[in-house]
Amino acid sequence: MKFNRATRRKLFSHGMTVLTGATVVLVLIPLFWIIYESAILGASVFSLGFFTQNIPAPCSPHPGVTCSTNGVGSAIQGTVYLLLLAALWAVPVGLGAAIFAVEYGGERAIARVISMAADVLSGVPSIVAGMFIYALLIVYYPLLVFSVISGSLALGVIMLPIVMRTSEEALRTIPHSVREAALALGISRWKTSVRIILVAAMPGVLTGVLLSIARAAGEAAPLLLLDNGSLHPCMSVDTVCQSLSLTIYLGATSPSQNWVSIAWGAALILVILVLGLSIVSQLVLNRTARKWGQVG
Amino acid sequence: MTRGNPFRAPSSRKRRKVSKWGDRIFLALTAVGAAGVIGILVALVVVLYHGSLPIINALGIKFLYTQTWNPYGNVYGIVPFAIGTLLTSAIALLIAIPLSIGAAIFLTQHAPTWLREPVAQVVQLLAAIPSVVYGFWGLIVLVPIMRYDVDPILANVLGWTGWFSGRHIGLDVLTASVVLSIMTVPTITAISKDSMMAVPRSQKEAAISLGATDWEVTRRAVIPYARGGIIAGVVLGLGRALGETMAVTLVIGNANVIPTSLFSQGQTIASLIANDFFEQETPLELPALLEAALFLLIITLAVNIVARWILARFEAGRAVGAE
Repeated sequence: MKFNRATRRKLFSHGMTVLTGATVVLVLIPLFWIIYESAILGASVFSLGFFTQNIPAPCSPHPGVTCSTNGVGSAIQGTVYLLLLAALWAVPVGLGAAIFAVEYGGERAIARVISMAADVLSGVPSIVAGMFIYALLIVYYPLLVFSVISGSLALGVIMLPIVMRTSEEALRTIPHSVREAALALGISRWKTSVRIILVAAMPGVLTGVLLSIARAAGEAAPLLLLDNGSLHPCMSVDTVCQSLSLTIYLGATSPSQNWVSIAWGAALILVILVLGLSIVSQLVLNRTARKWGQVG
Repeated sequence: MTRGNPFRAPSSRKRRKVSKWGDRIFLALTAVGAAGVIGILVALVVVLYHGSLPIINALGIKFLYTQTWNPYGNVYGIVPFAIGTLLTSAIALLIAIPLSIGAAIFLTQHAPTWLREPVAQVVQLLAAIPSVVYGFWGLIVLVPIMRYDVDPILANVLGWTGWFSGRHIGLDVLTASVVLSIMTVPTITAISKDSMMAVPRSQKEAAISLGATDWEVTRRAVIPYARGGIIAGVVLGLGRALGETMAVTLVIGNANVIPTSLFSQGQTIASLIANDFFEQETPLELPALLEAALFLLIITLAVNIVARWILARFEAGRAVGAE
C-alpha cells in the first residue's frame, strides 16, 4: 500500500495517540496487579483473630500440622504508637514552619529557603533518615536506640516535609483579602493566623497530616535499623515493637509459609490504609481548591 | 499608626501591649518550627559526617575508589554499591521515561477533560503504595516471571550485547530496575503532565494553523515548551530511585560485588546499609556504613537541589513567557 505524505503523517499521528494511550494502561497495570495480589492473598487470612492476636511461631504446613496465621495485633499496635509519636512532634514543627513561611515570610527569600529546605528534606532517602537517628541516639541516648521512640523520630523526619509543604500550600490558598479584613478589624496578627487563616486552611492542613501518616505507615527501611521488630507483645514505647511494614519484610525474608501469608495480610491492611488516605486527601484537596478558587 | 494619632481609642494602648506579646510568642514558636526544618537538614549532614569520622580518618579518599567491601581485611570501598545504585536507577529511568512521558502526553493532549484528572490521580496512587509492598510483590510475583519468562527471551534476543549473560535467577539488577521504574513513574508523570498543561494555547494553535497533525503539535510545540519541567521530573524520579531501600533489597540478590551483567546479583548503597547493619563484624564497619549513608545523602541532596533548581528556572521562564 502506498500513501501520500499527508495521509502518512496523519496515520503516524493516530498511531502515536494509540501508543501514548497504551502507556497509560501499561503504567496502571502494576498498580492493579499489586492491589489484586494483596487483596486475594491478604483477604484469605483476614479474621477477627488476625487483627487481635500476636505473631505465631514460624511454621510451614505439612500433613498433620496446621499453621496459625493469626495475627498482626501487636504489629497494628506498634504501627499506631509509631505514627502517633511521630505525628506528635512532626505535625507541630511542620505546621509552625509553614505558618512562619506564609504569614511572616510571605514573598521574601526566607520563605523560599524554608520551602526549599522542606523540598530537599523530602528527597532524603528513608534509610538515611534511619541512620541519622541511629547515629544521633547512639551518642546521646543509647538506651533508646532500639525502641518505638527512635523509630518514631525517624518517621517524623519523613513526615515533617510533607506536613510542611501541604500546610504551606493550604495557607497560601487563603486570599490576602481575608488576612487584611481580619487585621483591619483590629484582630492581632497571631489570632488572625490561628483563628482565621489556620481554621480556613484546616482541610488542607489535615490533608497534609493524613498524607504524611499514609507515607510513614508504609515505611520499613528506618524501622529496620531502629524499631526493628519483635515477636513479643508490644508493651511500652521505650522497647522494640512489631510494625505492619516490618511484618511484610519478615514474611518476605522468611521461609515459613504462615509468615508469608501473614505478610500478605499486613500488606493488604497497609494498601487499604494508604490508598484510602490518599484518595480521601485528594478529594479534600480538590474541594478546597475549588472553594477558595471562587473567592480569590 | 504614628504615636501621636489623635484618632486612637483610649483603650487601645493596653490592648496593643498584650497582643504584641502574643505576636512575639507566636512568631517565636513558628520560627522554631522553621528552624527545625532547616536544622534537621543541617544535622543530617553533620551527624552522619561525625559518625563516619573514624573511617574517614582511617581510609580517607580511598573509600571512594576501593572496589571491594571486606570488613575482615578492613577494606571498605563504595564502588560496587555506587555502581549498583547508578546502574539500577539508570535502567529504571530508561524504562520509566518513555512510559511516563507517553502517559503525560496522552493525559494532556488526547484524553477527554473528564478523564484527565481522575486517571492522573489514579497514576499518583502508585506513589502511595509502600516500598516494602513493592518489594514483597516483586519478590513473590515479579521474580518468577523475570526468571522463567522474561530473562530467557532477553538472553535470546539481546544476549549478543553481553548485558544479558549469566544464570537466570530473577533476583538481579534487572528485576530491581523494573521495580524501581514502576516506583518512579508517578513522579515523572505528574511533573511532566503539569508542565505540559502549562503550554500556552497560542503555541499549540500556531502549530495547528500551520497544518500540524496531533503528534506534530506534541512533538514541535508541546514537548519543547515543557522540556524544563520534564527534565526536572526525571531528575526527581532519579532522586527517588537512588535512595530506594526496601523494594531493591528484596529483589536485587544482595551480593557485594560489581555487577557484570543485568542478570548479576548486586547491591545498592541503600540495600548495603539495610543488609549489613545487623551483621557488623568489626568496629570499623558501623562508621563505614555511616559514610555510605552520608555518600548517599550527598548524592540525593545534590540530585534534588538540581531538580528544584531546574523546576524553579522553568517556572520563572514560564511566568515571563506568559506575560
